[in-house]
Amino acid sequence: MKLTKILTGATLALGLATTAMAQDKTKVGFVYVGPVGDGGWTYEHNKGRLAVEEAFGDKVETTFVENVPEGADAERVITQMALQGADLIFTTSFGYMDPTINVAAKFPDVKFEHATGYKQADNVSIYSARFYEGRAVQGHIAGQMTKTNTIGYIASFPIPEVIRGINSAYIHAKEVNPDVEFKIIWAYTWFDPAKEADAATALIEQGADVILQHTDSTAPQAAAQTAGNVVTFGQASDMSEYAPFPRVSSIIDDWAPYYIARTQAVMDGTWESVSTWDGIGAGMVGIGEFSDAIPADVAASAMALKESLADGSYHAFTGPLNKQDGSAWLAEGETAADYGDGGLAGMNFYLEGIEGSIPQ
Amino acid sequence: MIRLEKRPMPSRTLPMITPVIAVIITMIAGGALFAVLGKDPIEAIRTIFWDPVFGEFAFYYRPQLLVKAAPLILIAIGLSLGFRAGIWNIGAEGQYIMGAITGAAVGLAFYPTESIFIFPLMVVAAAIGGWAWGMIPAFLKVRFGTNEILVSLMLVYVAQNLLSSMALGLLKNPEGMGFPGSRNIATNASTSSWINEAAGLHWGIVFAFIAVIFAYILLYRHILGFNIQLSGEAPRAARFAGVNPTRLILFCLGVSGALAGMAGLFEVAGPAGQIKIGFNVGYGFTAIIVAFLGRLHPVGIVLAAMLMALTYIGGELAQGTLGLPSAAIQVFQGMLLFFLLALDLLTNYRIAILPRRAF
Amino acid sequence: MDLSAINPVLLIASLMVAATPLLLAGIGELVVEKSGVLNLGVEGMMIVGAICGFAISVESGSPFVGLIAAMVGGAVLSLLFAFLTQYALANQVASGLALTLFGLGLSALMGQSYVGIKPPAMAKLDIPVLSDIPVLGPILFSHDPVLYVGIAIVAATWAFLKFSRAGLILRAVGESHDAAHALGYNVILVRCLAIMFGGACAGLGGAYISLIRVPQWTEGMTAGIGWIALALVVFASWKPWRVLLGAYLFGGISVLQLNLQAAGVAIPVEYLAMSPYLITILVLVIMSADKSSAPASLGRSFHASQ
Repeated sequence: MKLTKILTGATLALGLATTAMAQDKTKVGFVYVGPVGDGGWTYEHNKGRLAVEEAFGDKVETTFVENVPEGADAERVITQMALQGADLIFTTSFGYMDPTINVAAKFPDVKFEHATGYKQADNVSIYSARFYEGRAVQGHIAGQMTKTNTIGYIASFPIPEVIRGINSAYIHAKEVNPDVEFKIIWAYTWFDPAKEADAATALIEQGADVILQHTDSTAPQAAAQTAGNVVTFGQASDMSEYAPFPRVSSIIDDWAPYYIARTQAVMDGTWESVSTWDGIGAGMVGIGEFSDAIPADVAASAMALKESLADGSYHAFTGPLNKQDGSAWLAEGETAADYGDGGLAGMNFYLEGIEGSIPQ
Repeated sequence: MIRLEKRPMPSRTLPMITPVIAVIITMIAGGALFAVLGKDPIEAIRTIFWDPVFGEFAFYYRPQLLVKAAPLILIAIGLSLGFRAGIWNIGAEGQYIMGAITGAAVGLAFYPTESIFIFPLMVVAAAIGGWAWGMIPAFLKVRFGTNEILVSLMLVYVAQNLLSSMALGLLKNPEGMGFPGSRNIATNASTSSWINEAAGLHWGIVFAFIAVIFAYILLYRHILGFNIQLSGEAPRAARFAGVNPTRLILFCLGVSGALAGMAGLFEVAGPAGQIKIGFNVGYGFTAIIVAFLGRLHPVGIVLAAMLMALTYIGGELAQGTLGLPSAAIQVFQGMLLFFLLALDLLTNYRIAILPRRAF
Repeated sequence: MDLSAINPVLLIASLMVAATPLLLAGIGELVVEKSGVLNLGVEGMMIVGAICGFAISVESGSPFVGLIAAMVGGAVLSLLFAFLTQYALANQVASGLALTLFGLGLSALMGQSYVGIKPPAMAKLDIPVLSDIPVLGPILFSHDPVLYVGIAIVAATWAFLKFSRAGLILRAVGESHDAAHALGYNVILVRCLAIMFGGACAGLGGAYISLIRVPQWTEGMTAGIGWIALALVVFASWKPWRVLLGAYLFGGISVLQLNLQAAGVAIPVEYLAMSPYLITILVLVIMSADKSSAPASLGRSFHASQ
């Protein structure tokens, strides 16, 4: 009897803890999967956090915990933030999905924002970026800059986001260069500089003269620089230290506008649970400055492509497109749906023309 | 001159006192480190050591300390048996992973059936998985005389790769939108290890304390415990006394493997929820340190595990509230271990100040 | 699938680069283990070497100064381990693990202001005529200097252990510290020197990653190579030239894996990735007939009064 009483007491206390907090500053918490010094994924989320601090000054207080493993520890760290009186908590990795939902159920008054996941709740929004739009621009440039017609692609894990990127880059490279061929390496890591360097070297040795990467370190850039005549694109952050060559452009994760808007919404009391999937248009996906190494006409058409993606007049996946096995995916003029069967959110197939198979 | 002398008998009081001294020295050295980083040292130390246990939200952190400590206790208890006998299993991390995989696989196989028999079955499967992984170095040692330290360490990496393979393939959640990772088994009552999630109580904690009691009885009230001690301290004498080294190796590695495997299951079916890449966060290695800090004694292990759990949880708290980088917490933990290990010396040796003599 | 895309010459040349950090850390640990000490802190010493080398070469502008600093950094960290295990007689397994934990944290703290910086480049040692020889040129004569230093250290270690008196003492200490002590050798001193050599080599291996192979600084960038180095020493059955062979084999598997993928061969990545460890276990079993290879005192503490 006594035990159940204590247990119920603890449950109640969890729920009540936050309501008692005094509200002067808006407290925003961030949970990071890597160190803020990773120069890639976490680094960019942290830049978003700093932008929130800058935008609101004294009215906001931000906290973060870095290097949080995507398992049992995540739930405790998120709970800790909620207990400490956070009003809004951003959990910035896919693996935080279930922990975020669990904690959110216990703290109905705290707002949660989970990056790249698919589970929403009354007080949990989800947000992600349409990186594949940036990949379209990359593919467009890469297809015209390759002389060997071989583009190397360092992929991380076989998940829909990465597969979308490969497909998008491929069809836009193919569009401008019918002879283009993709060589894909699955590195099974988001971040392992030594392995990424080896992967880039292997691709270059097999004739690739453009390297696209979906891993976060600058190691492939350095490998390309050593090789001399290989084009690269920055990933996650601008990687401008390798501009103007080999890095000719980049995809930048820019979370700042979203983080500022959501913090503002909490302050105004207008926060609602939403599912956001923004691209170039909303500024969540930034395209790094084109360097002079890109021929002027290529830069101009790439810019036009970027504009049409931004204003919504063009969708990166517009039919006719077939799957790798030749079966139809999108009919002439049809654009890909976000969700549902064959939707982008769960994309698990290559498009026609890409060789090899997605590892299972 | 100053020199070390071996004590005729290991000190009985010092093992109780040295950890306290080590913690105090770490607080001073760590405080200096935090001060260098521009943080208030007193506040930082208080946040790490005091707030989780006695602070405003202690009602939440106290059970969390047990959640964090339970796998460490369970694994370290198993390891301590072998360590006492001079059998060095340092691959508990691999056994932990294998137990989690086999246990979770059983749970997933029954999805979405609901029955109270599923969870016990998962525990058994996990124990077998961990046991089998521990038996590989044991068998190779018995049969070929290979070094169990090295074989068990190698098997950690094999297990890690198996884990990735499972998360991406066989055990992948068919409704997971293509993302790696299994279904969440913690949210389903028949496969969950939670007894009461809100209170932070799961079966792993219960089993950890059962293991402590059993280990205590085994070591101090049972002939097998005596044989284990004897083999570690005087292998030759043990052989004359009729201790069968082969059986001892199989027993110690088997038990520590099974316990580590069970720890893996309680974690995956509770706090972690899913089989996924990077599910293991180093409990198997930390438990080795815990076993030594606890002087290979069941009660000492509980205390050492709680201390480690405290630095983890307090460290996260200090990150969140004071903005200390996680690297500073790691360094702090490293210092704590160094001081604890260094002061161990005083248990078996004493510092003698001798008059200077000509030799 | 297009296997002809793989150029074996370039493959060998790049696997030599991939193997060098492993080689350096492995040969250092070999000497440590030969003296009877098991230091599981290789990963920690490597990562500290990586940041020391990186920071100092950025500050000084000279990669060579950086490499020296990396060796010093690794050796200084290893002194902590030496103190704990040799003077405080702490357990080696626990001390080594603690060293890795400490080293990872320390390196991350030290490296906070070095993220996103490019280090000064180290020139390749393109020997004018020799590097143009087909096949042999790219494999043998067209690398950075540290790669050759690594091979030289292997040769020197081999000669030292086999022919020198000091090497004999080192081995004696590793085989039976009590006997070595009875013969009047300073067991503790020998082991401390071996541990420092191991630290310096690991530090150099780490700096090879941060200065040459990648080159950049990021937290945790050694990504487990120090642990593979431990496997490597066992795989090599404590013989220097086999460390070289093993490093190229281990490095080769990872590079070949990437090359096969690029050539479009569908390979089960995880199973290939676990193969070095399985092979090492196999080697251990095969080697078990040869009882002479593992130092007999490996992992045991020594105190003169015992």
